[in-house]
Parts: sequence; structure tokens; C-alpha cells
Amino acid sequence: MTEIPEHLLKRAKAAREKSADAPADAAASAEGSGTGGAAASEPAADPRIPAHLLERSRAARSKGDGGGDAAGGGGVAVADKVGAVVTAAPAGGGVPVGAGPGGHTQRLLTVVKSGSIQEVKAAPVDKVHTWPHLLAAEFVAALACLVFTFLFSVWVNAPLYEVANANATPNPSKAPWYFMGLQELLAWFHPMIAGVTIPGVALIVLVFAPYIDKNPSNKPEDRKFATSLMTVHLMFWAVLTIIGSFFRGPGFNFVLPWVDGLFFHL
Amino acid sequence: MAKIIDDKPRPTAKDRLNDTVDAVQGSQAWSSIFRPGSIFRKGYTDSPRNRSYVIMNSVLYHLHPVKVKRHAVKVSYTLCLGGLSFFLFILLTVTGIFLMFFYRPEATAAWNDIANLETSVTFGLLVRNMHRWGAHLMVLAVFLHMARVFYHGAYKPPREFNWVIGVILLTLTLLLSFTGYLLPWDQLALWAVAVGTEMMGFTPVFGQEVRFVLLGGAEIGSETLLRWYVLHVLFLPFIIVIFMAIHFWRVRKDGGISGPL
Repeated sequence: MTEIPEHLLKRAKAAREKSADAPADAAASAEGSGTGGAAASEPAADPRIPAHLLERSRAARSKGDGGGDAAGGGGVAVADKVGAVVTAAPAGGGVPVGAGPGGHTQRLLTVVKSGSIQEVKAAPVDKVHTWPHLLAAEFVAALACLVFTFLFSVWVNAPLYEVANANATPNPSKAPWYFMGLQELLAWFHPMIAGVTIPGVALIVLVFAPYIDKNPSNKPEDRKFATSLMTVHLMFWAVLTIIGSFFRGPGFNFVLPWVDGLFFHL
Repeated sequence: MAKIIDDKPRPTAKDRLNDTVDAVQGSQAWSSIFRPGSIFRKGYTDSPRNRSYVIMNSVLYHLHPVKVKRHAVKVSYTLCLGGLSFFLFILLTVTGIFLMFFYRPEATAAWNDIANLETSVTFGLLVRNMHRWGAHLMVLAVFLHMARVFYHGAYKPPREFNWVIGVILLTLTLLLSFTGYLLPWDQLALWAVAVGTEMMGFTPVFGQEVRFVLLGGAEIGSETLLRWYVLHVLFLPFIIVIFMAIHFWRVRKDGGISGPL
């Protein structure tokens, strides 16, 4: 037998004292009417105990030999009490008791519902094996990319012009294509605005986009403003890049590529 | 002279080979590389267990979990842009290491080294072309990846932090491409970088100072070439690999890729 925790012993003692007072009057009426009187006093004693459990314990007691648990089955914690408790409240009192066949008294401590402590399995997610479903796709994509780069490199050579000469400025001088938007912007605004303010604000807004856009939905129909803004932003740079790359000639003047030729190098 | 009695036959070449194979396969190094259950040990037959082992017992486990959401394998959702950016980075590393064998970052030597690479080194021109076009392709892939992520709203919780890392990676990609642009030391390289760094000088407060440090002087010269070479082949790749590691780690920690929409 495991040691009974102190708080349970205290609780049992309190119950014993309570039942020692209560049965004095309850037992008097119970003498004549038998089990019926005891059962009648029980709901008043503790309304927290479910009615069907009281029903069951009463039925068990009315068998005469008092067999059966106060409440059988899983999800019910019961404490075995030996010795003194058995003698404390043979019939009725503050707590529903059922005397076991061995003379044990069992008391309902708590009813544990299945959801509260048992781990309920999470809703299953539809998953597939990474191999082959994802890896095969990635492999094909990588291979296609490699083949494309390879074939492009076979047919098109990287540019190599005459050796760098700080004294011979080519006309026009252009930045790499991904900075062409900036260079085009410089043709329109003061360097402080075109070179620092506009790209700086754009970059900062881009970095903090998730903290600015608080809309939790990722559905396109819910975020028309965000997608419109981004599209305008991307188009802004794309148009500037295209103008700067293809429509700017000597002196960074406006030209038409199909008339004056292409002033663009990769 | 006593005859040595030895009834054991001399080991044949085949026996020795088998012993060697057993010794290698029984070694600690072998079992560390080819884990128990590895398909390299016991062959591959298609079964759910072996499908798991392909990932679990290989270095790929750093990148991918054993199972992913079904919608995550749809190519039409990601267009493979993130993966291709990473693949292009690997391709650029491989071709770049090849180029390093034939290149000296000095104003007097750089252009000649490239010219010699193109004319005298086996596959030199091809590898240089692949490095150049691969670099442009990577900038494009990273840009498109960012656009894709934005339009899918994939930067929303819990992926805010990974978006920030992603923008840093985009910036680093641009810097890597830009530092590499100078290295051929031809007119295109010099003047494109001259225009680019001119813009940098407009930054208030520290613009001129940063420009001076990056160029190693007031104008682009031999010092600039050395600095940008070190930035291009060592410093920036080192930084970008760290941020890529964080990026990929966050993708998995945040529950795989976003979606479905």
C-alpha cells in the first residue's frame, strides 16, 4: 500500500468529523426508513456529485452486501481508505461511500474529463515524402538552370573591352543593369534625393514590410492595397531600368534603340 | 637450415582486397559518413522507410525535413526561385574558384590574366562566361524570389524575421555582383563602378568616408581592385553564407514554406 498523502488524510479527517456530526440526526431518521432515508440526505450533502453517480452508489448499497464501486470505469480517481474510515460512516453522511467487499471504503476524489490532461492528437497535415516528390523537382530545376547557363555561355561570350583607362571616359558610362534605375533617377532629381532618399526609403520600407503590413490574410483578394503598392513600386524601378538601359545614349541623352543603336552592356 | 612450416597459403590479391574493403567499411569514418540504414550500405528499394532514409541519413537533412506539406512541392507555387538562387550561388562558387587560379588582382595584371584565361586556358572562356551569366541570373532569381514571396504574403507571421533576412540577402547579392563587376579591369568594369561609387558618395554624413575606404583612395585604382577582390571572393561570400544558413533554418523553424493561399 502506498503512503497516503497528508492532504488526503486531512480531508478524510475533516469528512469523518463532519459525518460524526451529521449522522446523529440523519441516522435517526434512517433507522426506520432504511436506505431510502440515507439516499435522500445525500444530494443535499454535496451537490457537486453527479446525480447518476449517487444513483449508482445507492443501488450498490441497496444490494445489501454493499458491493461495487461508487463509480466504476476509467476517468475516475478513487482513493482506498482502510481501517478507521470504514467505521466512520457506514451509511450516508457528507460523502457518498460504498463499502467494498473487503470492507474498504472508496471515495470519489475527482472526475477527469478526457480532453483536459490527455494529449489529443493534432489534426493530421497532408504531407508527402521529400524524396522523391520535392528532391526530384529541385533536381530537374537545378539541371535545367545549369543547362541553360551552359548553353548560353557556349553561344554568348562575356564582354571584355580594352583595358581600363581612367583618362578615357566612355560615352555613355553606365552602371550595371541592376543599378540603372538609380542612375536614371539621378538624371531627374538632385543626387541627394535620387541617390539616397528615394532608394533609402524604398529599402527601409521593404525591410520592415512585415511590421508595417499588419493584415494577417495571405489571400490576394484581401490584400489588394499591398499588392498594388508593391506592383507600382516594382514597375517604377523596372521602367526606370529599361529607360536607363535602352533609351539613353551618348551624354545620357534620350535615344531610341531601334534608331540610334543599343548602348547597353551586361 | 630449417624449413619454415606454414600450412597457410599466401593471401591472394583478391583476399587482400576483400580485407581492405572490410577494414574500410568497418572503420569509424565509413560508418559516420554512411549512417546505419543508409541506402549506400544496404541498397535502395522504394519503400516509405527508405524514402525517409534518403533524407535522414544524408547531408540533405540540413535543408529538408523528411516530409513536407503536399502543396509545398508544387512547382507553380515557388517556381523553384529560392532553390535556384542557392543553386546559382553554388555554381558561382565553383566557377569562381576555378577563375581564382588564373587571376591576380593588380591593375597591371588583371586584364591580361582575363585575356589569357580566355585564349590560353582550357575551358577558361566557357567558365568565365558561366560565371558572368550565372551572376546576372542570380540577381534576377533573387529579385523574382522576393517578388514571389511578397505576392504570396509569405512575409506575414510567423515569417517576418525571415523576410528581413531575405532583404539582407538581396542586398548582399547585389554587392557581390557589383564587386565582381570591377575585376575584369576593362573599360566597362572601371566606368560602371565609377558611376556606381559616385552615387555612393552622395550619402550624407559618411558617404565620402565610406567611398574612400571602399576605393582605397579618392579614385578607383590598384588598391580598389585588391579591396574589391577580397570583398568579392572572401568577405561577402562569408557573410552571405551565414545569412543563407539563418534563412534556411528559419524556413524550417517557421513550418516550411508558406501557403497554400
